[in-house]
Amino acid sequence: MSVLVFTLIILIGSYFAGLLGSLTGLGGGFVIIPLLTLGLHVDIHYAIGASLVSVIATSSGSAAAYVREGITNIRLGMFLEIATTAGAMTGAILAVYIPTHYIAILLGVILIFSAVMSLRKKSEQIVKHKNQWAEKLKLNSSYPTAQGTVNYSVTKVGGGFVMMLFAGVLSGLLGVGSGALKVLAMDTIMRIPFKVSTTTSNFMIGVTAAASAVVYLQRGYIDPGISMPVVVGVLLGALSGSKILVHTQSSGWLRWVFAVVVAFLASQMIYNGIIGKI
Amino acid sequence: MAQKISFKDTDMQVVIGWVLRIGVIVSISIVFFGGIIFLYRHGQEVVDHRKFVGIPDFIQSFKGIMYGIITFRGQAIIQFGIILLIATPILRVIFSTIGFVLEKDKLYIFISLLVLLIIFASMLSGHAG
Repeated sequence: MSVLVFTLIILIGSYFAGLLGSLTGLGGGFVIIPLLTLGLHVDIHYAIGASLVSVIATSSGSAAAYVREGITNIRLGMFLEIATTAGAMTGAILAVYIPTHYIAILLGVILIFSAVMSLRKKSEQIVKHKNQWAEKLKLNSSYPTAQGTVNYSVTKVGGGFVMMLFAGVLSGLLGVGSGALKVLAMDTIMRIPFKVSTTTSNFMIGVTAAASAVVYLQRGYIDPGISMPVVVGVLLGALSGSKILVHTQSSGWLRWVFAVVVAFLASQMIYNGIIGKI
Repeated sequence: MAQKISFKDTDMQVVIGWVLRIGVIVSISIVFFGGIIFLYRHGQEVVDHRKFVGIPDFIQSFKGIMYGIITFRGQAIIQFGIILLIATPILRVIFSTIGFVLEKDKLYIFISLLVLLIIFASMLSGHAG
């Protein structure tokens, strides 16, 4: 295969990955690693590097919009970034010692988990419970809604912090944003309104990915020839996705389609990991 | 007092929004430009990324990348754009730190410096490994 054909295939694949990722909220990185490793027989190290770079691009791009709307809780994000960056650094260091087929299997498991998470029903929850740590760290905040400004409180700060540490390790190890885990930590443990947890998670993903990308960059995981079409394609796809979202309400069936696709790719990753082909 | 703080917080939101937006636009444009040069020069070559062999020597160091940019090598330009992209969220943390300094929020100055320190440590760990 020539470089030109290889680049075009990745570009088109990444475009659709970014499009679906933004429409469903799962992020484009999810399909990239299976596409590169299973579809184009690229070594998983390069795939992780390219995926990580695309994660930074999409999360920074969309965080730019959310931050200005004032939904993102910057202090909460900042505080939890201590955990995610420390975790990401650990994950990137661990990645050297873990055989690639285990990484493939773990990635498959996380993919399936995230697909299931994306199908979950979302309900806005407002907690007005006093938490000593949340008050000390000034984490309680408010966000704008159609009905006016809503105040909310944050609970179980310690539990959320530990969960973020774990999310960071997985992000550094697998080259994904692990947004699903971050949202889970903020939604179910810290009991933050869904809109705030998704935008704040997105806000944190860029810094988390950057913390491990600085390691991967020096190790030669980030190959320009592979990363270039991935990052351009995913970003353009995510941009079109956000344009479509403005016009149509995100449809349930699309979520299902994407979840099924991701689950299929995930099982392929696990299968190939088990038979040692990755 | 409370009102003054919330005013500064919205300022910070605007600045952070711009840092992220400009960072992504600039770095992706550079990556795209480098990509065109790369394809023009190497488009007909055969790819093989089955085995992990790292990246070409000339883009291994920052000095090499700079030299590559001057000599108009596509991969060096792409890699430079990618480094800028990786720097974008880190730059965002630096700007938040400045924002917290302006707000005189000591706790969050400490927290954002700690995040920067972790990223810096991560950078050094990659260097050693």
